[in-house]
Parts: sequence; structure tokens; C-alpha cells
Amino acid sequence: MDLLEPIIKIAVVLGALLTASAIVVLFDRKFSAYIQNRYGPNRVGPGGWMQSIADVVKLVMKEDIVPKAANRFVHDLAPMISITVALTTFAVIPFGDTIPLFGKEYNLIIADVNVGILYILAMTGMGVYGLTLAGWSSNNKYSLFGGLRSSAQLISYELSMGLSLIGVIMIAGTLQIDDIVRSQTGYWFGWIPQWNVISQPIGFITFFVASFAETNRLPFDLPEAEPELVGGYHTEYSGMKFGLFFLSEYANMIVSSALITALFLGGWHLPFAETWGLDPLVLALLKIGAFMFKMFIIISFYVVIRWTLPRFRYDQLMNLGWKVMLPVSIANVLATGVVMLWLTR
Amino acid sequence: MLTYTDFLLAMPLFSLTVTVLLIIATEAARVGRARFSQFLAITGLLVTSLLAGLNLRESGVAFQGMIATDAASSYLTILLSLAGIVTALVARPYFEHRDAHRGEFYILLLFAIIGMVLMASANDLITLFLGIELMSFCLYVLAGFERTKDKQNESALKYFLLGAFASAFLLYGIALIYGSVGSTNLDAIARAYAGISNQPLFLLGTAMLIVGLGFKVAAVPFHMWAPDVYEGAPTVVTGFMATAGKSAAFAALAIVMIRTFDIGGSTTADVLALLAAASMVLGNVVAIAQTNLKRMLAYSSVAHAGYLLAGVAAGTAEGFAGVFLYLTAYTVTTLGAFAVIGWHERTNDEGTSLDDYVGLSQHQPVIAAVMALYMFSLTGIPPFAGFIGKYYVFMAAVRADLTWLAIVGVLTSAVSAFYYLRVIVMMYFRERDGEHIPLPRIPVMIALGITAALVIVVGVLPSTVLQLFMPAM
Amino acid sequence: MTLEQLMFYGLGAVGIGSGLLVVTRRNPVMSALSLVLNFFCLAGLYLTLNAQFIAVIQIIVYAGAIMVLFLFVIMLLNLRDERALSDRLSARKIIGAGLAFGLLLQVLYILMSAADGFPQKDEALAVSTGTVEVIGVQLFTTFLFPFEITSLLLTAAIVGAVLLAKKKLD
Repeated sequence: MDLLEPIIKIAVVLGALLTASAIVVLFDRKFSAYIQNRYGPNRVGPGGWMQSIADVVKLVMKEDIVPKAANRFVHDLAPMISITVALTTFAVIPFGDTIPLFGKEYNLIIADVNVGILYILAMTGMGVYGLTLAGWSSNNKYSLFGGLRSSAQLISYELSMGLSLIGVIMIAGTLQIDDIVRSQTGYWFGWIPQWNVISQPIGFITFFVASFAETNRLPFDLPEAEPELVGGYHTEYSGMKFGLFFLSEYANMIVSSALITALFLGGWHLPFAETWGLDPLVLALLKIGAFMFKMFIIISFYVVIRWTLPRFRYDQLMNLGWKVMLPVSIANVLATGVVMLWLTR
Repeated sequence: MLTYTDFLLAMPLFSLTVTVLLIIATEAARVGRARFSQFLAITGLLVTSLLAGLNLRESGVAFQGMIATDAASSYLTILLSLAGIVTALVARPYFEHRDAHRGEFYILLLFAIIGMVLMASANDLITLFLGIELMSFCLYVLAGFERTKDKQNESALKYFLLGAFASAFLLYGIALIYGSVGSTNLDAIARAYAGISNQPLFLLGTAMLIVGLGFKVAAVPFHMWAPDVYEGAPTVVTGFMATAGKSAAFAALAIVMIRTFDIGGSTTADVLALLAAASMVLGNVVAIAQTNLKRMLAYSSVAHAGYLLAGVAAGTAEGFAGVFLYLTAYTVTTLGAFAVIGWHERTNDEGTSLDDYVGLSQHQPVIAAVMALYMFSLTGIPPFAGFIGKYYVFMAAVRADLTWLAIVGVLTSAVSAFYYLRVIVMMYFRERDGEHIPLPRIPVMIALGITAALVIVVGVLPSTVLQLFMPAM
Repeated sequence: MTLEQLMFYGLGAVGIGSGLLVVTRRNPVMSALSLVLNFFCLAGLYLTLNAQFIAVIQIIVYAGAIMVLFLFVIMLLNLRDERALSDRLSARKIIGAGLAFGLLLQVLYILMSAADGFPQKDEALAVSTGTVEVIGVQLFTTFLFPFEITSLLLTAAIVGAVLLAKKKLD
């Protein structure tokens, strides 16, 4: 068995993911500053671009404080769960077409699992434990509230998240994410790319909203709502353990934007690129670029939303999840089924 | 492929499902009050029994062998619907008296009946398990229906925890049987039975199945929950689960043990016979010491589980017929007895003790007479229904070389006469000094009329009833 | 020892160990976490049997949803270490434990003695029946009826839960 290929892939993806997280943190801060008409980080390095590195160094050097009444074991376990879940989810997402290197075609995906979508849902489900346990083990009421809120929120939105994907799965007829990306090849009327965002607009919107909730981004950041809960589930965390939560949050954001890209925005497809007659290697690299560009658009959207919408109240959050998102995504499944039946009649 | 016949054979199930969904819809839309739900439930149950009646002479398997409809299952559907109707009739006065009349009662009642009908017509262990769970879920909640009362909460929680425990045994048993047969379909198991009946794995599965079902029928030694749950639950619910719940569980037991396994004369039959003897002895002896009528009937129901198990242990077609006949007798009698207790019970849960019935015949002679009728029937005195049931069950046991079991049955029946007849003595031969209780409302009267009439009809015309579910006999 | 056997014994050992932890931990949160670990081992065992769908569903449903709700409730009730249950040792408990142990020995004996009769794992069959497609087709043809009954079961459970838990009944 050739173990080298997956190991190299894992190393590359992991490195890229961590670097990207650092960049996204900075981008978030810079873009937020731009929206609020401030400068943002501008001291470390040219134009403040080294800020993230300085932050990491600071967090590593900081003392790790564990409250006396905390449950030590669980307190240590929680950030590990969070970061593991955030980093392993990327394994099933294809970030490019096959790439020809050294005379061999390589798949740009770590594990092409045939239940890929279910794997992602299972992993996001596991992510709850990190937050919930962090909240409980700190033995602090604000942390506990944050943990409780996160488990309620994630469970409520996981349902509509899963259901909004059913339409995509029905169209593609597979749970393998690579195959779903490939099913988005081709054009309607010769010029509209067959991306799922066009055939599944409602599924796209519900999935997008649910992914905000799953990543705890505003307007769904109740688990860490600063004005009410100090810092939410990670109030009692310091040093690199806090850093891990922070990192996993941004890694989650990257993963979910990658997922949205792969499932709805045609993944690494670059419209009409096949007709330009490029060298296969250049084309493959261009497709990776297309994938990253689409991800970048989604991430920018995350940041814009953060400074556009106010935070939901807890009951509004639950109402939206159970009384709007869930029925809409179920109706979407039904509508998709009816249309498919009608088309294949 | 599904055909028209599939749906025809499952018609009673469909009518029940449509009814329950209709009630949920009207409750959610607040179209009518709880009494409208009651009306819908009774109508739905009447339609169901009518449809089941049309199916009495049909037989066949439906939905890829998941359910089997025949005379016995259709007959039991009618019996269960009847139990549902009587319960629904009695429920309204009972709960209105306590300011707890809500439409959810009928929703859960009908769901429970769906589960029971599934158990009676199961042709696959998966359907059987789902039926048992559907019934049990509803009964757990119904046992604690008035949720502000501590006693009912205790009853519901006890029932739920122990019931879940029993379900785990049942499921493990099903898994082991599946492991040794390779199928959960009862027909397939029946075909394979001769070859595997002595396999340890299969026997272990059977044992687990007996534990799980033994709990549902409250047979000794799986009876510990029954007295507390029966006493704590609202009386109408107790009546329903003591009769319909037991009927469905025994139907399932009879279908699996007699029709599928053909246990006659095997070790499994010996085990069941032992359980039967233990239930008869313990149920009847402990019942003597009870002063609360609900608790007394709980132990009596343990004893009746023993008599019924004797029919199952016989393992013959006669035993099968005996079980069904006994179930009919037991259901109509006990339902009626609980209807009387429910009427006599005060809102503060008093009025169920034996002393409260002193001299009842003096100011409510009709009700006292009806209650006496039920007690005679439960004792097994001819010509009432209870006698016929016992006669058929014991006869089946004797013919299957279980004479000792029949003797135990007859002896313990004699013991049971003591506590059943004590109720009659209390009502008729003592002076009344308690409060005056007004006559029951019309629906309760109707329920009492139906059950009392059936106690006599089944007792006088057993062969007609037998013809219904055993056309061949 | 093949890799498959190694996986089986490893996962089995961790599974049994975590199962024991579930019942011996005094802290309910730790019990719940041990149960999650147990579910993961079970999912791993399903994977060795080529039942990928069941494995993932095991994680999504049990570890991801049900156990989170368990934790939620434990935290909401703010349960602390449970001492009352374990400190007293009565005759009743000893007898109960003895009987349970006896049952365990019986089951083990039977399973051991029946081991030769077990059908051997059929690799090709396992691969072909464990996929999502096959399970989906089975669910909507042969097992359509139980599938629908399950929906009734859930509806009944919802009605019951609402009835028991609703703050104010009209």
C-alpha cells in the first residue's frame, strides 16, 4: 500500500489549512476595520500583516490557567476535540481536479469516502462536544450558558443543514463529494454552468444560513455573545488552549466555505476553461485557484454579514431554526422530488 | 410490488392511522374540544372494527411478509377496538370529573391500539417489535396522564424504566434469533424451526424473547411493576392496559410460540408452564392480602397471565383457541370492573379501597349487581365468560400432557374465589355508612351495559365466538 | 494477526473498557463521555464489517444527537458526583449482581459453544449490502412497512413528550 501519497496530501492540506486560518483571521480583522472605518491591526510588520504570527507566539508563551474548580481532564479535552474536528473535516473535500505530476494523475482529495457528506455531518455533530464540554468543565455559569446554548443551537441547525443537502444528493445521486462536484459539469443552454446553486437555490440559502449557525458566526454567535456571557464557553480558557478554540473557529469557517463551494458553486470548475486549450498542469492549477477564489468570496460574505446583522435573541434563533429553516428545507426536498419526477417522466 | 390486496388486508390499520392523524390535526387547529376528539376516536374505532369484521374471512400476508391478516388477527382487532371504545366512553366522565379531559388522551389511545393491532398481525419480528414499542410508549405516557399527580408520575416512570429494560431483552432476543435463522420473517423462522430448535443460540434468543414478552404480560417473575403501575395510573388507563395491552402481548406470544415455533412438548413449553404455575400461585395468594381494589386486580391480572400462559404452554391449536377465548372473557370482564372502580373513585384518589364498597348494593343495586357479575366471571363461575375461558385453556393443557398445570390452575382458581367473592360480600352483606355516590353518567352506563352483556354472551355461546377466529374448529 | 483482527480486538477492548467506565464513573458527564467513546468503537466495528453507512449513522444519530441531548440534560440539571447510589452495599444488591453475573456467564458459554455454527463473513456480500444505495432500496421496498410504522412511533412519542413537558396545558 502506498502510504506516502496520503501522508504528503495530509501534510500539505494541514499546513495550508493552518496558514489559511491565520490569514483569514487577519483578513477578518482588516475587513472589519475597513467596514467600520478604522485602521485595524497595523503595527506588526508592513501594514500589520504579521499580526497573526505575533498573536500565535503570544498565545503559546502565555500561562495556561485552569480554574481550581474545573474538571481538569475535560477542560483539556474540549479544545482538542474542537480543533481535531475542524481539521479532519477537510479530508473529504476535493479542492481540485486530478493533477498530472511526475507522469501520474493525482486526486486532489485526501480520502474519497463514498459516504462523504455523511462523514461531514457526523464531524460537525462531534464539534458540539468541544463547545459543550468546555462550557461545562470550566465550572463557571457564563461558560455553562455558552455551552448549553451551543448544544441547543447546533442540534437545531444540524437538522436543516442535513436536509438542505438532500436536494443536492438527489440530483447528483451520490454521497461522494468528488462525484457531486463532477455532476456539476456542463452547461444549460450552452452558457449557464450547471452548478447546484442554480438548480437548488433554496437548498443553498438554507445550507448557507445553517453553516453560519454551525460556525457560531454572527448573527448566530450566541454561545460566545460577549455582552451577555463575557466570552461564552471559552471564558475560562487562556493561552494556547484558547488559541485552539480561536483557530478551530476560523478553520471551521474555511471548511464550511469549502463545502459550500464544492456542493453548490461547482467546486473547482472554472467555466469554459476546457475550451482555452491550456496545458493540463496549468489547467489543474487554475482550477485550484478557482476553488480558492470561490472560497474567498464566501469568506468575505461571512465577514460582511458579521457587521451587517445584529445578533439574534435566543428564542428568535430557535424559532428561525425550527419553524422556518426546517419546514423550508423539507419543502425543498419535496419540490426537488416532484421536479425530478416530472423531468424524468 | 405493492398490490391492492396489501392495502385491503391492512385496512383496519389504515383507518386507525387516518383517525389518529385527523384527531391530531383537529387538536392542533383547535377545531373542537376534547369531546370532539372523543367522538372522532369512537367513530374511528367503530369503522375499524367494521373493516376488521369484513377481513374475518380473509387471510394472507401483506407488505412483503411484514404483516399477516387472518381470522385470529382480525378478531383481535375487533376486540382491541372494543376495548378502545369502552375506554373512550369511560374516559370523558372520569377525566372531566378531575379537570383533566384533554384530546391527547385519545391520540395516545389510538396510537396504542395501532401498536396492539400490529402485534396481533405481525408476521415479522421487526413489525412485532415496532408494535410493542408503539403500544408501550403510549402506555408509559398514559400512565402519567395527569402529570401534576405524584402517584401517576411514579407509576409512569417505573413503567417506563422497567419497560425499556424489558424491551432491551426483547431486542437482544430478536437479534439472536435473526443470527441463528438469518431472517426475521416468521414464516422463514417457522420453516427453519425444526432444524434449529435445539441450537443454543436460538434457545438463548427464545429465552430473551420470553423475558421481554413476559414483562409485557406481567407474568411472574417479571410482574414486579404491575401492582405499582396499576395502582398509580388513572383508573381508565389501568383498565385499558390491563386488558388491551395484555391481549396484544398474549396474541404476540401465541403467534410466536405456537404458530411459529410449534413449542408443544419442548423445553420452551416447560419453561412457560413453570412461569404459568408461578404466576397463578403468586398472583392469587398475594391478591388475598390486598385491601385496595386496583392493587387487587393488578395481582389478579398476574394470576390471569398465568392461566393464559398455560394455554400458550400447551402449544397446540387448542391452546391457541383457548388463549384467544380467555382473552375475550378477561378483557370484557376486567374492562367492566375497572369502569366501575373508575366511577366509584373520588377525585382525591380515594374510594378504591375495599372498605369503600361496603353496602354498595343498598343505594346503587344495579351497579352492585353488575360488579358482582364481573367478580363471578373473574372467579370462573359458570355460565359467565370467565368459566369458558378457563375451561378451554385447562382442557388444552390436559390434552398437551400438562395435567399438573391444569390442577394447579383449578386449585388456585378456588383460592381466587376468596378475594373475588369478598368484594361481593362487602357490597351485599354489610351495612352502608359511607357517602352516597350518584349514578354513573350515560356513557359509563353504556360501557357497563356492553361489557356485562358480553360477559354473558361469551359465557353462553362460546362456540359462536370460537367460530369467529377459528373458522376451522 | 491480520490488520482486521487487530482492529477487531483493539476496538472490542476499548469498547468493553469504555462500557465499564459508563457504569462505574460517579460523574454523570464522564459516564456520558465514555458512552460516546463506546459508540465510536461500535462504529469502528461496523466499518470492519464494510457497513459504512451504519457506522456513520451510528455516529450522527447516537454520538452526535442523542448523547448531546443527554449531556444537555445532565448540565441543565447540574448533576454532581453520584455518591448515594454506590456507597451502600445491601444483600439485595449482592444477589442482583450475582444473578447478573450468572446470566453473563450463561450467555458467554452459549456464544462460545455456538461459535462454530456462526456463518463466516462473506466479504463480497458485505461490500455489496453495506452501501447506501442497497440500504436505501431495501428501506423503500422490503422494509417500507416497518419504515412507515417507525414514523408513527415517532409521532406518538412527540405527542407524548409534548403532553408531559409542555409548560402550560390550556
